[in-house]
Amino acid sequence: MANLAISAVPTAPSVRATLPVIEGLKKARTGIKGLDEITNGGLPQGRPTLVCGTAGCGKTLFSLEFLVRGVQEFGEPGVFIAFAETAEDLANNVASLGFDLRTLEAEGKIAIDHIHIDSADMAEAGAYDLEGLFIRLELAIESVGAKRVVLDTLETIFGGFTDQAMLRAELRRLFTWLKERNLTVVITGERGEGQLTRQGLEEYVSDCVILLDHRVVDQISTRRLRIVKYRGTHHGTNEYPFLIDENGFSVLPLSSLGLDHEASSERVSSGVRALDEMLGGKGFFRGSSVLVSGTAGSGKTSLSAHFARAACLRGERVVYFAFEESRSQLLRNMLSLGIDLAPFVENGLFHFHASRPALHGLEMHLVRMHKIIEDAAPRVVIIDPITNLTSLGTLAEINSMLVRLIDFLKVSSITAMFTSLTSGGQAEEDTDVGVSSLTDTWLLVRDFEMGGERTRGLYIRKSRGMPHSNRVREIVMTPQGIDLLPVYVGPNSVLTGSARSQQARRDEAESEELLRDLQSREVRMDRRREAVQAQVAAMLAELAAEEVDMKRAMRELRTKADQAARVRDEDSVATPESE
Amino acid sequence: MAQDTDANMPPDAMDEYAKPMQLRLYVVGKTPKSEAAIANLRKICAEHLDGKYELEVIDLRDNPKLARDDQILAIPTLVRSLPMPVAKIIGDLSDTDKVLVGLNLRPRT
Repeated sequence: MANLAISAVPTAPSVRATLPVIEGLKKARTGIKGLDEITNGGLPQGRPTLVCGTAGCGKTLFSLEFLVRGVQEFGEPGVFIAFAETAEDLANNVASLGFDLRTLEAEGKIAIDHIHIDSADMAEAGAYDLEGLFIRLELAIESVGAKRVVLDTLETIFGGFTDQAMLRAELRRLFTWLKERNLTVVITGERGEGQLTRQGLEEYVSDCVILLDHRVVDQISTRRLRIVKYRGTHHGTNEYPFLIDENGFSVLPLSSLGLDHEASSERVSSGVRALDEMLGGKGFFRGSSVLVSGTAGSGKTSLSAHFARAACLRGERVVYFAFEESRSQLLRNMLSLGIDLAPFVENGLFHFHASRPALHGLEMHLVRMHKIIEDAAPRVVIIDPITNLTSLGTLAEINSMLVRLIDFLKVSSITAMFTSLTSGGQAEEDTDVGVSSLTDTWLLVRDFEMGGERTRGLYIRKSRGMPHSNRVREIVMTPQGIDLLPVYVGPNSVLTGSARSQQARRDEAESEELLRDLQSREVRMDRRREAVQAQVAAMLAELAAEEVDMKRAMRELRTKADQAARVRDEDSVATPESE
Repeated sequence: MAQDTDANMPPDAMDEYAKPMQLRLYVVGKTPKSEAAIANLRKICAEHLDGKYELEVIDLRDNPKLARDDQILAIPTLVRSLPMPVAKIIGDLSDTDKVLVGLNLRPRT
């Protein structure tokens, strides 16, 4: 009953969706994957946002994507003022991201103005201001009716002019000017020593500051994004990893996920009938996460392949992340177990992604997986093995990554299977990189060595919310796939393999003997019953005879007494004169 | 137009100098800085160029595209397009010495 009560508690509505947005603060959606989630709706509309970071961190791409998506997804034309690159360079650089700037420019959706500042061919002779910048901005804005403006590395102007006081006054005027026109602006700035930007642009932009970071740890680079401030609104404060690929930016809105997902009571088969039987006869819960941990060669990948095939047979899409095997290797190996995944690769149900863990940083892997999963929209995700990612970071980092991943999968109601490699001497509790508490079902595969052979045993360490077998089963690989056989659990050991079959024969022999014994006892019992019954009959007969004797004696006694009385009466009548 | 020739100058340089100096002054509206720049420039031209120049004052309000085409940012900006190379001088031109150096009318000190 307790279980029922727990599952009946309605899940709380998404925290994210109900966060209060301060009245009057309008947001301009960026269309950048993930960013609108962590900013709770986008950048402040009609206000400037500062995007800062070191060279090569993706500032220009960020701002360009903001503009291009503004045009393509939200119908807001934009202006790009490039202080660093020419319009030609820009168009070429972002063409690889699928952004066709030239066409957008020709269609009058985007205006690009390259502002070239070279102090070398310029002399200063007296007071000046930057009215020319305003003229050009206005021209560009009016030419397309812009709602969004990007000033890419505005700080470049500090290198072109010597009058710093004038520059600062003009900057202040510029931001006021932009706000008056209700333009959503992105200003990029180079990261400076001890402050966000070299020229302290953050003091002019008080509404929203986003910091991009590109760091290399152990030769692996990771890009991260952090919202340093966002006035008047709730926002995620963590560092969010992001990815730049052929589709532009993807920011991972990690912690915006919470424990508010719907728990499904639908069950999905594990693909191994005996395993389903162990799991209450029905398999895993849909949307749950399953951890399979065990030593090398214990059958983790085979279990995953079974699970994948079962999903494909149900017509569900499967995404398989492999960190050890290539696709052809996996397909070949699984074929030996009678699992033919090739048809599912062909019909697009089985998506296979193999990569070496060291190819990306941990977070990049996560962002990449996140993206692949979002694009493929699978019902089942398999990561084989999850432990190969451990070389990429500290336990805490891996843990947090996996938490995010599992959260994401659960929210998307994707059933996930992770395999975890246990190295020989390690205690199996240590091998799960701390995810065992996050997973709903934990299958442990163990090696047993005895009598010169190695066998594999599987047991369910836990499985939340369902009755499950507590028995160890032996994994047997057959050409028809995995089967799980019952094993003997003795007081000192678990018997598998030939020891198990010996034990089985012994048991068989023992039971035959027992049967014979019982049968003979039954015969003896019958005989005794007959003997007892005969005895009872004899005793009854004896009793009856005795009763007859007793009755006869009684009659005789009464007859004698009657005769004696009669003789006395006759005597008294014959002698009355003698008195 | 009077042509001063210098025997010490190479012939091509003489050709360059033979042409009148082409000057464009970019302003925006009638601001004090713009007015000052125009006045200062006229004065310098009168004193140092002896009529061998062509001056165009451009108000970018009327022709904003030129700001983009000629890469104008600071206002006022004086552009000398001839003789080559192009020289830019920004400011209200109140510093006569710097203007003369910038226009190559006086060697850098």
